[in-house]
Amino acid sequence: MTVMEQRGAYRPTPPPAWQPRTDPAPLLPDAEPRRVLGTEAAAQTDPELLRRLYAQVVLGRRYNAQATALTKQGRLAVYPSSTGQEACEVAAALVLEERDWLFPSYRDTLAVVARGVDPVEALTLLRGDWHTGYDPYEHRVAPLCTPLATQLPHAVGLAHAARLKGDDVVALAMVGDGGTSEGDFHEALNFAAVWQAPVVFFVQNNGFAISVPLAKQTAAPSLAHKAVGYGMPGRLVDGNDAAAVHEVLSEAVRRAREGGGPTLVEAVTYRIEAHTNADDATRYRGESEVETWREHDPILLLERELTARGLLDEQAKEAAREAAETMAADLRARMNQDPALDPADLFAHVYAEETPHLREQRALLRAELDAEAEPEGGHR
Amino acid sequence: MTTVALKPATMAQALTRALRDAMAADPSVHVLGEDVGTLGGVFRVTDGLAKEFGEDRCTDTPLAEAGILGTAVGMAMYGLRPVVEMQFDAFAYPAFEQLISHVARMRNRTRGRMPLPITVRVPYGGGIGGVEHHSDSSEAYYIATPGLHVVTPATVADAYGLLRDAIASDDPVVFLEPKRLYWSKDTWNPEDPQTVDPIGRAVVRRPGRSATLITYGPSVPVCLEAAEAARAEGWDLEVVDLRSLVPFDDETVAASVRRTGRAVVVHESGSFGGPGGEIAARVTERCFHHLEAPVLRVAGFDIPYPPPMLERHHLPGVDRILDAVARLQWEAGN
Ligand SMILES: Cc1ncc(C[n+]2csc(CCOP(=O)(O)OP(=O)(O)O)c2C)c(N)n1
Repeated sequence: MTVMEQRGAYRPTPPPAWQPRTDPAPLLPDAEPRRVLGTEAAAQTDPELLRRLYAQVVLGRRYNAQATALTKQGRLAVYPSSTGQEACEVAAALVLEERDWLFPSYRDTLAVVARGVDPVEALTLLRGDWHTGYDPYEHRVAPLCTPLATQLPHAVGLAHAARLKGDDVVALAMVGDGGTSEGDFHEALNFAAVWQAPVVFFVQNNGFAISVPLAKQTAAPSLAHKAVGYGMPGRLVDGNDAAAVHEVLSEAVRRAREGGGPTLVEAVTYRIEAHTNADDATRYRGESEVETWREHDPILLLERELTARGLLDEQAKEAAREAAETMAADLRARMNQDPALDPADLFAHVYAEETPHLREQRALLRAELDAEAEPEGGHR
Repeated sequence: MTTVALKPATMAQALTRALRDAMAADPSVHVLGEDVGTLGGVFRVTDGLAKEFGEDRCTDTPLAEAGILGTAVGMAMYGLRPVVEMQFDAFAYPAFEQLISHVARMRNRTRGRMPLPITVRVPYGGGIGGVEHHSDSSEAYYIATPGLHVVTPATVADAYGLLRDAIASDDPVVFLEPKRLYWSKDTWNPEDPQTVDPIGRAVVRRPGRSATLITYGPSVPVCLEAAEAARAEGWDLEVVDLRSLVPFDDETVAASVRRTGRAVVVHESGSFGGPGGEIAARVTERCFHHLEAPVLRVAGFDIPYPPPMLERHHLPGVDRILDAVARLQWEAGN
């Protein structure tokens, strides 16, 4: 006889029936990243879009190379290259309407440029003449964000505010695989899902956070899976396949615009260069791994598709290359000019109205500058 | 001249009224935070706002301080004026990353193109018998962050006026609410509340001739009480209520100390690395030749905020202030 039987009648009251809030099935990502180029699905893709993606990705590759070269010449303090990730960068900018907003992180200069920001202004942060070189409102691009994932709640707040005002504006926020471990990533996704904010979270999983591989970053089956826990769809896409990234992001943007709420998109890609010019990638990965990814290059994938369909000949390739060289030459020339800096700017934008103690400090700087300007006078 | 009807009201009521008036005057003002909607906030400061303005204007958010402030940044980018409530001083810490890395410097990062008119309301300070994490005085962190305004009312009228000004400001304002004064009553005109002095101006709450007590927020009433008590010992103390830590009103403070020649800074937060050190230095720099004694500080101890049964030993009280005032009879060589 068990204890329970001795006591007789104890039967736990069953709790009220538990219901999951939503059927998780449609939220789960596919098992494999979506691919378009080289598959039958490619036939559905607009040839004009493919050509446009090609031209932009070629331009982007050249931009990355030029910016990297500028670090070697000491013209840029640092450049986190997106070589190998150009399909993601370009698609992120192209899926947005003019009224939409882009929230980039420090690696996403290329997306910022593809959105229309002047390439030199987009590099201001990395050159070091000011933190943000462009007017965020001009192209609706938030400042490049250096602390990881902190721009994601901004995107949610902006999209939410737009919806409250009745505007059908979408915000697309970019983050790396490492950034998904930050608390702000969690808070942003949760807020977005609860508020059904029109936001697209775009994770570029390029394999590493500086030196730390994805397996040491998360135990989730994929980063896209994380969406399910928040109650939003997660989507997995081949990040080197520009047509696929464009397609998946477009679907997410459309869903957001139509009131369907946020989506988390994970693009599986690879960072071909080191984290930045200051990083030594040989410490944490082998050249053979990099080589495998070089064969899955975003430009190659587009070239094969376009050529197979008779949409790209040598002449068109040459035209794309030339456009890229022209852009690079212009960038080089303009970046080789020293920026004009005004030290008074240091105090100009701390508060709307300068506080008394900043006024005193500005006067001190003024005096120092005046003394510098008249070296004859010596130390006073 | 018409006489206005002054009625007793609490600081909490004045704050609620300020939020309501700001929301009514400007549809871009949005309140968000934990429990601010149906409940009206744990201190009831947002009472009735969700009902009057709808849940889109006064929103119960998920429980995440960084998320609250981070989304407020995006809302401000899109032209709204978010007023964020942090439930308690020590629970604002998860939002520090957003506050320091973005809220405080977005105007600067963007060369003035993207100002963020966000008000962050933080109930702060001790004296209410709160358990751990419910009594911190965190102002030193805020004032050390360029780009933020930091204000704290000590009177019912100032609670109204300063909050209206904070919400109207194009810069982010950390609005510190001395929680032990929430229920303190004052006569005030609730029919026609006015903003009195603007942010950035200190006020002499009690004129005096023999020394200045420089203080703010929850310590203002304590200093006034100390000033009354000091009369018996022949001291006529002036009490300056700073109202605004950033910007700091050097003029009013220095003018007072030049008149009295002696000064004590009084606040609840610790003295090491606390606001008192900054204030004492500023006073010394400006009034050195007028000073009859070193500028003294009466502050909380430099300890983690103590448990409620011991907090009275920690908080600067009348006796400790009077002891400091006695030490102002300083003679060189002492
Ligand atoms: C909050 C924060 N912690 C640390 C860093 C330093 N840091 C810069 S980039 C980086 C790795 C980010 O990896 P990931 O998110 O995968 O983006 P990726 O660089 O691969 O594009 C780190 C740790 C930072 N920028 N912000």
